[in-house]
Amino acid sequence: MIFLKSFVIGGLICIIGQLLMDLTNHKITPSHILVGFVSLGVILSASGLYQPLVDFAGAGATVPLTGFGHVLAQGTIEQVQINGLLGVFRGGVSAAAVGITAAVVFGYLTALAFKPKS
Amino acid sequence: MKDWNGVIMVEVKDSQPDEIKIKNYDNLVNKQKPGPSVAKNVFWAFITGGCICLVGQIFLNLYSSGGLPLEEAAAASSATLVFISALLTGVGYYDRITKLGGAGGIVPITGFANAMVAPAMEYRTEGMVMGVGAKLFSIAGPVLIYGIITAWLAGLIYYLLI
Amino acid sequence: MTASKKTGKQTIIFENPPVISAAASIVGPKEGAGPLGETFDKVITDEYYGEQTWEKAEKRLLEETMQMALDKSGMSTGEIDYMLAGDLLNQIISANYAAREMGIPYLGLYGACSTMYEGMILGSVLIDGGFAENVLVGTASHYSTAERQYRSPVEQGIQKPLTSQRTVTGAGVVLLSAQGAGPRITSATVGKVIDLGQGDPMNMGAIMAPAAADTIENHFLDTGRNADFYDVIITGDLGVYGKKLTNKLLKQKGLDITEKYTDCGILIYHPDQDPHAGGSGCACSAVVTCGHIIRRLNNKRINKVLGVGTGALLSPASVSQGETVPGIGHAVVIEKPWGE
Repeated sequence: MIFLKSFVIGGLICIIGQLLMDLTNHKITPSHILVGFVSLGVILSASGLYQPLVDFAGAGATVPLTGFGHVLAQGTIEQVQINGLLGVFRGGVSAAAVGITAAVVFGYLTALAFKPKS
Repeated sequence: MKDWNGVIMVEVKDSQPDEIKIKNYDNLVNKQKPGPSVAKNVFWAFITGGCICLVGQIFLNLYSSGGLPLEEAAAASSATLVFISALLTGVGYYDRITKLGGAGGIVPITGFANAMVAPAMEYRTEGMVMGVGAKLFSIAGPVLIYGIITAWLAGLIYYLLI
Repeated sequence: MTASKKTGKQTIIFENPPVISAAASIVGPKEGAGPLGETFDKVITDEYYGEQTWEKAEKRLLEETMQMALDKSGMSTGEIDYMLAGDLLNQIISANYAAREMGIPYLGLYGACSTMYEGMILGSVLIDGGFAENVLVGTASHYSTAERQYRSPVEQGIQKPLTSQRTVTGAGVVLLSAQGAGPRITSATVGKVIDLGQGDPMNMGAIMAPAAADTIENHFLDTGRNADFYDVIITGDLGVYGKKLTNKLLKQKGLDITEKYTDCGILIYHPDQDPHAGGSGCACSAVVTCGHIIRRLNNKRINKVLGVGTGALLSPASVSQGETVPGIGHAVVIEKPWGE
């Protein structure tokens, strides 16, 4: 059941991105989508709206980039509760460290190992 | 003056000022421009995005049944997807996924990884520092910057409220 | 006062029309698999063409096509007075490097995708003016170098709108001579830069159509001709939608070229090769002219061609700063036989 839910919710989140591109004549580019979805995820998560979606759909909500924003926001809020003002600065990146480091390391290694094809 | 207005030609419309010419032309362009096949794109975005999330869910379940707490399992699952996406980009398949799936291939974390690897690979010929090093962040940079700033702002507001 | 070889505002009539004594073209695998595949002299199988980078491959394409044109004519580099060339990369670097290898006095050109036609006009002027006996004119483009410079890295997943076009990988070269046999360049209309406020680099046809239409209109005005004079009117790389727009713009002016009119960007790919609106790039008009068009002239299938090389004048910076993109179109009349 969780598999179906994550498929459907993940798919629906992607549809929002597709509509944003298609209905604006591609003025919204993939880069804008990536940036926008992370920021949107942060805002939704900080407002308490994203956690229910994660509980409901699992990876369907954590895999889209809004989920990355969710991690940033939740990490920050947790740290604020522990460390106060310093937590505002520490929380986000430390919570997202796995994702960031994975992307940098795997990205770097792939870029060294392969050559682009046309 | 014989410019685009063309004094010799018949239509009166031609003596219109530039702004109207530009507007008329824009209307003409928009009229004959094919709209994207939205229905088809949306369908494939749904299928592609859904499948990627499904794969993520499979890994998530795998990791949590291996004993990781849910949040950690989600992070590990995302890292796995990033690895797979980087590899697919390297062997030249990820762009095909996105060509069909559109946002379905862009919105998931795999799209983020693709947007890091693709420029880094391509600019490798311009050196290890300013080629690979700088270009790895050409799209990841803005994503992290806006993500971190929004999270920082959200944290600050939260701090002030409690 | 009008100059003696000029007629009207924009058109040159050559007194001793230069001969296209040789033409050569090399294209990439996708172009080779297209409907015009057989008209090209060589089809490369690997987009890297044995080089380390795509940029080097592009330079090598241009250089080898130049050499091929020389070989066809039996001339050596020493007999060539000037080389005129350009490409799409920053500071027209491919042409500069090719010129380094050729060792011929060189003038670098930039006309975006209209470079081949700009070169043919200037080469013809040099010859008819008595400044040269033989001029080598060429240009090259490469799908991957253009994507990287103007759009996004090739391995990055993006979805392009149907109006986008595919940059042609290839190079085309003509050898213009004062003497000899072959099709002749009898007149030319130099285009103006036209901007009707379009700015979408994913819809280049719409950017260039007003420039193409303007040049064709002025060519007809200056020469007193109409579409009936020509067997074929061919534009450089307007693609499916740019061609429709050009037809509409000309009809608004009371000119109908529909029956004679085609576009290199449409001809070069099969629709099922997924080129979206068609081909583009410097090489698009160059290889179709050097392959298809000149071959048909030489085979006497057609006698009079009005070719209009079209270019979209943009830079990555101008696009990201949200500026509009102007277009340009240069017309060249190629005839064979001539004066009989």
